[in-house]
Amino acid sequence: MTDIIIIGAGPAGMTAAIYARRASKSVLVLEAMSYGGQIINTPDIENYPVAAHISGFEFAQNVYNQAKALGAEFKFEKAVEIRDSGDTKTVVTPKNEYEAKAVIIATGSENRKLGVADEDKLVGRGVSYCATCDGAFFRKKAVAVVGGGNTALEDALYLADIAEKVYLIHRRDRFRGEDATVEKLKQRENVEFVYNSVVTKLNADKKLESVEVTDKQGNVRTLEVSGLFVAVGRIPENQNFASVIELDGAGYAVAAENCRTKTPGVFVAGDNRVKDVRQLVTATADGAVAATEAVKYINS
Amino acid sequence: MAVKTITTETFASEVLQSNIPVLVDFYADWCGPCKMLRPTLEELSVEKSGVKFAAINIDDNPEMADEYGISSIPCVILFKNGKEADRSIGLRPKEAFDEMLG
Ligand SMILES: Cc1cc2nc3c(=O)[nH]c(=O)nc-3n(C[C@H](O)[C@H](O)[C@H](O)COP(=O)(O)OP(=O)(O)OC[C@H]3O[C@@H](n4cnc5c(N)ncnc54)[C@H](O)[C@@H]3O)c2cc1C
Repeated sequence: MTDIIIIGAGPAGMTAAIYARRASKSVLVLEAMSYGGQIINTPDIENYPVAAHISGFEFAQNVYNQAKALGAEFKFEKAVEIRDSGDTKTVVTPKNEYEAKAVIIATGSENRKLGVADEDKLVGRGVSYCATCDGAFFRKKAVAVVGGGNTALEDALYLADIAEKVYLIHRRDRFRGEDATVEKLKQRENVEFVYNSVVTKLNADKKLESVEVTDKQGNVRTLEVSGLFVAVGRIPENQNFASVIELDGAGYAVAAENCRTKTPGVFVAGDNRVKDVRQLVTATADGAVAATEAVKYINS
Repeated sequence: MAVKTITTETFASEVLQSNIPVLVDFYADWCGPCKMLRPTLEELSVEKSGVKFAAINIDDNPEMADEYGISSIPCVILFKNGKEADRSIGLRPKEAFDEMLG
């Protein structure tokens, strides 16, 4: 039996692995995709202390190497269930079952979809969830951004420098994001605000050609765009574990700063936990706390 | 085998005229997920026979990205007899490519 199983090899999970190994506990990290988590999508991190500038890829690589050198074991399997039998927890993957004394769920979050027909089919053919990743493909083209928070506003500003035209589609007439960014966008001649509207249809042949938006009065308008950037938030990856942790209305794992859940021996760390600031520094902080709590739990 | 770097100039001879299927990784140096994906493709290129593995940098060869309508990378396209047979977008686990290659 492993001492601690960590689900998710993002910044939170890999930091937890470092802390748990330094406390001499055996560690198995289960990862569904590849180590690093969301952060591998950005070429520029400029707000993590000590590193004035580092790419997400390098960040992921460094943390992975550190955890690995300390003796953490990594397996690339998706955790689909946790069974709690008191002192033993069983983590189930499609191929195997693993037993541990304690489990840390560090599964982060994934992009929220719009939920319009053909959205999945058009990912990589015009539909994107990451402006900094895919913006370069829309040089001098028309694009639309959907959303009302800071991510949507910043995406629109980023794209305004690249694309010929940027429509910013928002279902209300006021943004949740910062006023300063809204003001900057208003200065841009190639940015058009499309208020009180939602995307109702994607028109595509092989690639996205236009999107249909419908406003509150029911008026339909077609925007000729080859790119649609969806920035309507992220959803935590906690659904598989709802039997052992409590989720809030938005699906985040309910746990205080100590990262403890309602099940003794099961901890949560990172972006999937209820919190106000979801950043690397808060994710790694959670990793440290959850591992320390898990070690304490095992030793007691 | 390993993943072979190709260009717009060599695309036809390496991919379109190949008599075995070719898996082409469209990537860029600034793309983190592309870097995460490469070791998987390198592994598969050693494990799989009867398939050629190639990679093309879309910044240096934008014509090919245009030609295949690529708007997000990593984008991996499987070519059979010079035609697109399947396409995978984004970072995906090894099994996904195993399945794609049959
Ligand atoms: C484009 C972009 C740019 C960003 N830039 C910055 C920045 O500059 N500075 C900053 O501080 N923050 C930035 N962030 C936010 C930062 O990336 C996140 O706060 C951080 O990655 C959260 O870490 P995490 O470990 O909690 O979750 P994640 O990074 O989401 O990692 C979770 C991991 O768990 C895995 N997983 C999920 N479910 C399962 C399962 N069932 N079984 C096994 N594995 C599973 C996932 O595949 C993933 O690898 C950025 C985010 C994005 C998307």
